[in-house]
Amino acid sequence: MTRVYVPLDSFAVACGADEIADELKRLANERGLDVAIIRNGSRGMAWLEPMLEVETIEGRIAYGPIEPGDVAGLLDAGFLEGREHAKRIGRPEEHPFLAKQTRLTFKRCGITDPLSLDDYKAHGGLDGLKRAIELGAEKIVAEVTDSGLRGRGGAGFPTGIKWNTVRQTGADRKYIVANADEGDSGTFADRMIMEGDPFCLIEGMAIAGLATHATKGFIYLRSEYPVAIEVMKKAIHRAEEAGILGPSVLGSGKAFDLEVRVGAGAYVCGEETSLLDSLEGKRGQVRFKPPLPAHKGLFGKPTVINNVITLASTPEILAKGGAFYKDFGMGRSRGTIPIQIGGNVRHGGLFEAAFGMTLGEIVEDVCGGTASGRPVRAVQVGGPLGAYFPVSLFDTPFDYEAFAAKDGLIGHAGIVIFDDTVDMMGQARFAFEFCAIESCGKCTPCRVGAVRGYETVKKIIDGERVAENIALVEDLCNTMKFGSLCALGGFTPYPVMSAIRHFPEDFHGGREIMREAAE
Amino acid sequence: MAYRAAFDAEEAASIIDELKDLEGPLLPILNAFQERYGHVGDEAVRQISAALNLSRAEVYGVVSFYHDYHKAPQGRHVLKVCRAEACQAAGGDKVADAIEAALGIKFGETSSDGQVTLEAVYCLGLCATAPSAMLDRRIIGRMSEAKIAPIVEEIRL
Repeated sequence: MTRVYVPLDSFAVACGADEIADELKRLANERGLDVAIIRNGSRGMAWLEPMLEVETIEGRIAYGPIEPGDVAGLLDAGFLEGREHAKRIGRPEEHPFLAKQTRLTFKRCGITDPLSLDDYKAHGGLDGLKRAIELGAEKIVAEVTDSGLRGRGGAGFPTGIKWNTVRQTGADRKYIVANADEGDSGTFADRMIMEGDPFCLIEGMAIAGLATHATKGFIYLRSEYPVAIEVMKKAIHRAEEAGILGPSVLGSGKAFDLEVRVGAGAYVCGEETSLLDSLEGKRGQVRFKPPLPAHKGLFGKPTVINNVITLASTPEILAKGGAFYKDFGMGRSRGTIPIQIGGNVRHGGLFEAAFGMTLGEIVEDVCGGTASGRPVRAVQVGGPLGAYFPVSLFDTPFDYEAFAAKDGLIGHAGIVIFDDTVDMMGQARFAFEFCAIESCGKCTPCRVGAVRGYETVKKIIDGERVAENIALVEDLCNTMKFGSLCALGGFTPYPVMSAIRHFPEDFHGGREIMREAAE
Repeated sequence: MAYRAAFDAEEAASIIDELKDLEGPLLPILNAFQERYGHVGDEAVRQISAALNLSRAEVYGVVSFYHDYHKAPQGRHVLKVCRAEACQAAGGDKVADAIEAALGIKFGETSSDGQVTLEAVYCLGLCATAPSAMLDRRIIGRMSEAKIAPIVEEIRL
């Protein structure tokens, strides 16, 4: 029997992987070939998806990007024996894109069958949870604190401190909430881990439960991720059957239950307090802080709310120890970060690396620049609330503080590449437009500021009192930055101001122009 | 697959019954209604508010807050096209314009025959195979002008 891997990851499915799997099954039947199809996660080389892999005596051999209709030709060429073909890539782990990575959180993603617990255990799964059970709450938190892990959702808050606050807060019920409302354009790490290694998130959440005496977890998953929702629900069911979840986690006597909750298309619900309100069945509006969710979170109970990647990073930390994880990285940014590269990119996908690589190394060396072949002009880092970086800042290393020093942010580590045809004035207008569409409406700087900002940038585009209106936008951004309740209004100034600052030539050079000349 | 049932108060009551003991049951109920009936209308709001002991204003406030919920039925198919930055960078605006032209409707509109609603969506997490779209529950990557015709044909069927 030959094992063939056809990814179930959304990248692959969106480009025909389901049809390809059906085609392979049908042709194998017709030709009497003994083929077992395994639906794995993605290795993260999105430009090669759907990337098929076949298990041979020389290891797994990859082919891609495969399109529906390609399978007959592949089989004719001897694909099942790993023979030559125009789309043969070779051993995926030797591909430079993968060979250059340090995979800790994503170490199984793309390799294993996401829904096979045997596969999971064979690749180090549950080692972290088992050790966590031996350690007990206080020592789990100490390991996580020692690791230097910081929130991967964007805020970069030390995870150990958050967990410790919840651990020390007395309550009859506590919650662990995974923020899987990954709405930032250019990010897909949460989706990939949920589709490609869902048990890793489950294990991380169970560890968080043990660390804080929380007995119930929720994964708040956005409705735009139908594949992740399906995989995650199946994985939870299997984890329950295997006793990883339920009244006694792996026989520890400690209970932990988990539920997937599907969102309803509101970007702002990625903000932790509006997510909690949404889970409670309310409008997803941002809460005032304090009280912190760690003290009064979901249903007023102490709650750990972490990004998916933060939680999925903890099994490896517990398995190998905080010191092991801390050894990677630079400055106060410890461990690895899954960088996601999208947009106009030649070789886009997910690249997990220790903190410290420069933006230029990633965009130029790893990803090979743009798909269009034109020069890179700008990259937006950290989603729609992240700054646009010009090529002159490509020496900025991936590090929370280094990005902050350049008036930017890492956010959830998504990079969107734009070529030289981009109009930065249009991007600044879009930043305001997006904020206006998604604002929860609770605070005035965001609710009104976004609309006024949009209108004012439109005036600049039309060439109306350019210098005056740019000054007005700057003033407005200042108000939004310091007056908004959450990052939506507070960070919208990043893309706007970075566009104005780094690409003044796109804003009529800040000079007055004739209205006709704007066309 | 895009078939939506007509609203049926009895069936709706059983959906509510099944979900109302969840912690924070409102979104799961609204998701189920939207999925089953394609909208959450006034009658549904009345029924849910009575069952959960909430005011109609509270339930209506939630329905109107989230992009996924619709007060009135949408088209038989819903085509969501990503308009966020990664898709913009990959030529998504041109594709979006071509889709509007091919369907003869603008974003936010439903075709006069009720076959399709065209919606903007902000990120499907397919940013490295952009531009992206989603037809009902099916995700589509590497959208191009060449891919539009077969999608339109499928919608028109």
